[in-house]
Amino acid sequence: MGSLSFSPVISFDEITKKFPIRKGFKVQYVHAVRNVSLDIYQGEIISIVGESGCGKTTLLRLLARIYLEDNGEIVFEGKSIPKRFSRREELEFRRKVQMIFQDPFSSLNPVKKIYQILKRPLELQKFDNVEKRIYEALEEVELTPPDNFINKYPYELSGGQRQRVVIARAIITKPSVILADEPTSMLDVSIRAGIMKLMLKIRDDFNTTYLHVTHDLAAARYISDRIAVMYAGMLLEVGLSDEVVLNPLHPYTKLLRKAAPDPDKLVSEKLGNTGEVPNLITPPKGCPFEPRCNYSMEKCKNTIPPYFEIDGRKIRCFLFEK
Amino acid sequence: MLLEIKNLTAGYKSQGKIVQAVKNVSFVLEENDFLGIAGESGCGKTTLLFSILRLLKKPGEIFEGEVFFKGEDLLKMDEEKLRRKRWKEFSLVTQSAMNALNPVFKIKDQIMDVILEHSDYSKTEAMEIIEKVLQLVGIQKERMDSFPHQLSGGMKQRVAIAMALVFSPPLVVMDEPTTSLDVVVQRSIMEEIDEIRSQKKFSIIFVTHDISLLFEISKRIAIMYAGEIVEIGPTKQVYLSPFHPYTKGLINSFPKLTKETKEYKGIPGKIPDLSKPVEGCSFKDRCQYRKELCDKRPEFKEITSGRWVACHFPQ
Repeated sequence: MGSLSFSPVISFDEITKKFPIRKGFKVQYVHAVRNVSLDIYQGEIISIVGESGCGKTTLLRLLARIYLEDNGEIVFEGKSIPKRFSRREELEFRRKVQMIFQDPFSSLNPVKKIYQILKRPLELQKFDNVEKRIYEALEEVELTPPDNFINKYPYELSGGQRQRVVIARAIITKPSVILADEPTSMLDVSIRAGIMKLMLKIRDDFNTTYLHVTHDLAAARYISDRIAVMYAGMLLEVGLSDEVVLNPLHPYTKLLRKAAPDPDKLVSEKLGNTGEVPNLITPPKGCPFEPRCNYSMEKCKNTIPPYFEIDGRKIRCFLFEK
Repeated sequence: MLLEIKNLTAGYKSQGKIVQAVKNVSFVLEENDFLGIAGESGCGKTTLLFSILRLLKKPGEIFEGEVFFKGEDLLKMDEEKLRRKRWKEFSLVTQSAMNALNPVFKIKDQIMDVILEHSDYSKTEAMEIIEKVLQLVGIQKERMDSFPHQLSGGMKQRVAIAMALVFSPPLVVMDEPTTSLDVVVQRSIMEEIDEIRSQKKFSIIFVTHDISLLFEISKRIAIMYAGEIVEIGPTKQVYLSPFHPYTKGLINSFPKLTKETKEYKGIPGKIPDLSKPVEGCSFKDRCQYRKELCDKRPEFKEITSGRWVACHFPQ
C-alpha cells in the first residue's frame, strides 16, 4: 500500500442521486445512490462491488462530474467539488481525476491514430514536451517500443493493447485519482492479469488512488486494499479486502461471497431461492436487503440501519448493534 | 455413449478466405454427463455447438467429420427427420434469453408452440406440461401469462431453460446461458440446472468463457484453443494438475477467491489467425515450454484414463 496521509483525497458525504422517469404527467424517481459516505486515501485502491443496477457506476460518475448529486457533498483534496466548474477549475480537476472505461472497443476514437488520441489531453492541459510525455506514457503501459504504436489506429490493436492505450490516456496528465469502471470485464481471461498488474504498477510508481468498480469479487480482492459492498444504492459493508471476502459479516456480503465462482470450494453450499433486487423506484423503507434477508428483524423493516463499526469495518446491519 | 464427435472441422467461407473455426474436434459424451467447454472469445466454442446441432448458417459450413447421436450421424440425416428430433432428443438454450423470446407472445404460448409442433399432445395436456416444467425451474404458474418484458432477466433465462426441458431430452446444449446475469442469479440458476439434471438424468454440454465458474460446477471439462480441443478430462483433476500449458495458463489467469493468489499471470501473445494454416501446435507461439518438436502437430491422445491432451510435452 502506498503511504497514507491522514486526510482523505476524496470523501463522499451523504451523497444521494435520483433519476427522474416521466410517465405522462407523473414523475417517478429511481433512487440510484442513497446516503453514501466514503473516505478514500491517497495511494489506496478501493473497489466498489455489487450486482448490476446497484448504483456503483452512478457513484463513479458522480465523482467524475458526469452526473451531479442531488444531496450531499463530494470533497476532493480538501475542497468541496462545485456543481458548476469555472473553465480553469474544470481543467485542473480533469487533470487530476481521470477515467478508465469498461469497453476499450468503444472508448477510443476509431478515426484517430494513437498519437492523436494521446496528444489531445496534453494539448488541452497545455503541457510542454508533448511528444516526450506520449512516449513515456506508452512505455509506462508497456506498449514498447512506442514507435510501433503511435501511428496505428485502434482497430489495428488487440483488446488488451487497446485497454493499455486507454490507461495511457488516463495517466498521461499525471492524475492523482483514477476512476476505473470494470476495466477488465470486456477482456479475455488470459489478458486480464496483465491489465490488473499494470494498474498496480502505476499505483506503486505514482502513488495513484483508484476507485475501482467491479462485480468480480475475486478480482476486487486481488487488486484492492479495501472493498465497499454496494446494494440498492447503499454501501452495506466497507472493510479491508481480505477481511471482507474471507470473513463477510453483512448478510448480503455473505450471499455475494457464496454466489461467486470458486473452483477451490470443496463442498458447495446451496444458495436456494434468494429473491430479487428491490425496485429502486419504491425502495424498501428500512434496510434495502431486508426482503431477502434470513436474519430479518422487526426494526429492519422500518428503519435504515446506521453504520456499526466492528474492528475497523463498517457494517450497515442491526445484527451488529452493540 | 450418447454423443460421439469424430474429426469435426467447420468454419466460415467468405471472400475466398476459409476460416477454420473448429479443427479436428473429437470427443465423446456419455449419458448423465456434464461437460463444460471453456475457451476465450473467438476460440470456436459457439461454432462447435452449432455444428453439432447442425444450426450453422451461411457463410458457416461443416467441412468434415461425423456427429453420432445415439448411433446415427446427425450431419447426414435428412432435414425432416432431424427437425422431428429437435427439442425431443436434444435442445438448445442460447446466450441471451432477452432476444430469444418473442416479445409479443405470452411465455405460456411460446412454450405451447414448441409442444404442439413436436408432439400429439392436446392443448390441455400441453398446459399441464408447461405448469410442471415452469415449476421445475422455479417460476410460479401465475407468471405464465406474462409477456417477456414483464419478467426479470433471470426469469426470462429460466423460461428459456424450461422450454429446453419440455420433452426431457437426453441432451441439453447450453451456450453461455448465464453470461448476461448477475452472480447471485447465475448461481441460483446453476444450482437449479444441476438439481434438475440429477433428477432427470440427462446430459449437458455447457459452453462459457467464465472459466472459474465452469471449473467449479462441471463434471468434465474440455479446453478449447484456436478451434481445437487441447485438453479434456474430469474437471477436478484438470484443475489440480493441468497437462496442457494453455490450460495451466488459463487457471493461473484468474485470481483466487479464497486461497492465496500465488501465480497470477496472463498468457502473453495472442490467438493465431485462423484464416491461415497453422503449422504444428497452434499454441506454440505463446508457449513457454516450446521445443523443436512443436513444429509438428501434436496428436490428441489419452494420457491417463479419461484424460486427453494435445501436447508433445504434457506438464
